[in-house]
Amino acid sequence: MNRPDLSKADQVSMDDKTDPPAAEDVLRVEGITKAFGPIKVLRGVDLHLAPGEVLGVVGSNGAGKSTLVKIITGYQPPDQGQLYVEGEPVDLHSVQDARSHGIETVFQDLALVDELSVYHNLFLNREVTSGGRFRFLNNRRMRADAMRYLEEIQVDIPSVDLPVEKLSGGQRQAIAVARATRREDVKILLLDEPLAAMGAKEAKLIIDLVKSLARNRGVSMLVIDHNYTHIFELCDRVNVVEQGRITLDKRTADTSLAELTEFMVSSYRQQVEGASA
Amino acid sequence: MVVSESTHVAPPPAPEAKEARATAVKRRLWLRRLLQGQELVIAVIGVALAIFFSIYSSAFSSQSNVATLSTYVAPIMIFGIAEVFVLTLGEIDLSVGEVYVLSPFLVVYLHDAGLGVLGGIVISLVACAAIGLINGLITVLLNVPSFITTLGTVFALQGIVLLSSNGIQINPAGSGTIAKILGGSTYSPIIWALAIAVVGHIVFRRTTFGLHVTAVGGNQTASGEAGVRVGAVKIWCFVLCSLLGGLIGILDGYRIGSLNPGTDGLTMMFYGVAAAVIGGTALTGGRGTMIGAGIGAIVLGVLEDGFNIIGINAFAYQLVLGLAILGAMILNIQLERTRSGRGSGSLARLITRLGGRRATSS
Repeated sequence: MNRPDLSKADQVSMDDKTDPPAAEDVLRVEGITKAFGPIKVLRGVDLHLAPGEVLGVVGSNGAGKSTLVKIITGYQPPDQGQLYVEGEPVDLHSVQDARSHGIETVFQDLALVDELSVYHNLFLNREVTSGGRFRFLNNRRMRADAMRYLEEIQVDIPSVDLPVEKLSGGQRQAIAVARATRREDVKILLLDEPLAAMGAKEAKLIIDLVKSLARNRGVSMLVIDHNYTHIFELCDRVNVVEQGRITLDKRTADTSLAELTEFMVSSYRQQVEGASA
Repeated sequence: MVVSESTHVAPPPAPEAKEARATAVKRRLWLRRLLQGQELVIAVIGVALAIFFSIYSSAFSSQSNVATLSTYVAPIMIFGIAEVFVLTLGEIDLSVGEVYVLSPFLVVYLHDAGLGVLGGIVISLVACAAIGLINGLITVLLNVPSFITTLGTVFALQGIVLLSSNGIQINPAGSGTIAKILGGSTYSPIIWALAIAVVGHIVFRRTTFGLHVTAVGGNQTASGEAGVRVGAVKIWCFVLCSLLGGLIGILDGYRIGSLNPGTDGLTMMFYGVAAAVIGGTALTGGRGTMIGAGIGAIVLGVLEDGFNIIGINAFAYQLVLGLAILGAMILNIQLERTRSGRGSGSLARLITRLGGRRATSS
C-alpha cells in the first residue's frame, strides 16, 4: 500500500483567515476555537460547504466533531471565530437562531419522541394550529401535509398515525431527516452519525434520501461520522478533524478508503510519538 | 421498505391505494387501541365491579348512594387529572395533597382579614398556583428531582397549616350560593370534576401545550432540540397541578363543612396518582390519559363505596385496595410490554405458556 501523500497542499492552512468568505459557499466557518476549562477542544477550525454539497467530517473520539456540530447548530457559542451563512456573518445564540438561518440538525439520539405519531413528530413545535391564543391542534391538516410531504421525498412508511416507536431504525432516521428538511428554507442539514447501528439495506435508504435531498432540494449536508465507509457512500468531500483542527480536506473522488485510513493511522502515530517525546 | 428507490421497476402505487392502505392502518390502530387501551380495560373492570356491588346489595344502586359515590369519586378524579400533567412529564407532585389542605384555610384567613369570600378564593387559588410555580422552579432551575422537591414542600405546607391553625378545626368561610356552587350542593363536586376532566382532556389532546407535555415526557432531549421550551412546559404543569389541588381543597371544604388541619393530604394525593396510573398514565413519562384518570377515579370510588356498602371491615378494605392497585399496576405493565412489542412481560409469557400447555394437553 502506498504511503499517502501528506504534503502541505493537502492540509488546510491555518493562516488564511484574511480570505474573504467565498460568496458561493452556503456555510463558512473561520477560526473557530472552543475550550472547556483547560481543555482546548477546537483550536481554529476552518471549513466551507457549497450549496447541495455533502461534506463528511471524520475524526477519532474526542477530536472535536461533536463540539463543532454544537457550535454550528447554535447549541454552544464558540470562544473565537466567525460563522458565515451565504457570505453573511452570523452569531448563533440558540438552536432557534441557527434554524432561522436555515441550519437544521439530526442528532444522534434521533430527536424523535417515540410515543408521538409520525405526523406529530414531523410537526413538533411547528404545529399547525387554529383557535388563536389557545393553539388548538389542527391534526387533520398536519396529517394530510405529513402524508403529502413524505410521498414527495419518497419516504415510505405504513402510516403517519403510527407512533414512531413502531417504526424500524431506518424508518425512524428517515423521519428525523424528513422533519429536519421539511421547511422550504432549510439550507444546511447536519447529520450526526446518520447510519449508526443500521443494516446495509436500511443504510441504503438513508443514503438515497440524503443524496436526493441534496440533489433535488439543494440542501447542503454536513455529515459527522467515524465510519469511513459511510462517509465514502454519502459524501462529496471529506474533512478530517484531529486534535481540534482540520488536518485533511479532499474530495471523496480524489481519495480512497485506504488513503483516508492510512492518514488517520499515521496522524495517530504522530500524536502518540509527540506525546511520548 | 422505507424509501422507494429511484430504479423502481414496478409502477408506484396509486394514490387511492396508498390512501386506502393508510385508512386501513388507521382503522386497525384505532381498533387495537380500543382493545388494548388501558382505558377500556379499566372501564370494563369498573362496570363489572358496579354490577357486582349492585347484585350484592340493592343499596348500591340507590339514589342516595349514587350521591355518596359521586363525592368519593370527585376529589380522586381531580387529583388524578392534576397528577396526569406532571406524571406524563415523568415527574410527580407529592405536595398537591397538602395544597388541598391549605387552600380552604387560606380562604378563611383572607376572609378574617376583611376580604370578600370570592376575593379570598381567587387569591387562595393564586397562592396555590404560586406553590406550584415554586415546585416547578426548584425542579427545573435547580435540577432537584420533583419527588424530592415536592416531598420538601409537602412537609413545609403541613407545617404552615398546623402553625397557622394551631391545629384547631374551623369552618370554611362563606355560605349560601358560593358555597353551594363550590362543592356545597350534593352533585357540585362531581360536576366540577367532570368539567375539569373534559377541559383537561381537551387541553391534553387537542392543544399544542398538551402535545408538548407528552413530547417532553417522552424524550426531553428531542423536545428541547425541536425548540420546545422544556422548562416552561414543566413549570406550567406544576402550576396547573397545584392550582387544581387548591380547587379541590375549597370544594371539599364546602362539601364537608369543616376544615381539619390534620387531614392526610398525602393519602389523598396518592389516590389521584393511583387513579392516573390505573387509567394508563405511565409513571415513567411520555404517556398520559385524562379519560383514563377519570375512569380510574370512578373505579377507586366504586371500590371504596362498594366495600362500605357490603360492610367489609375497614381494615380489610385497605388491604384489598392495596392488592387491587398492585394487581392493576402489574397488569398494566405486563400489557404495556406486550403492546409496545418490547417482548412480552414475564407474566404475559407465563400466561401464554400455561395457555399453550393446556391447549396441547387437552
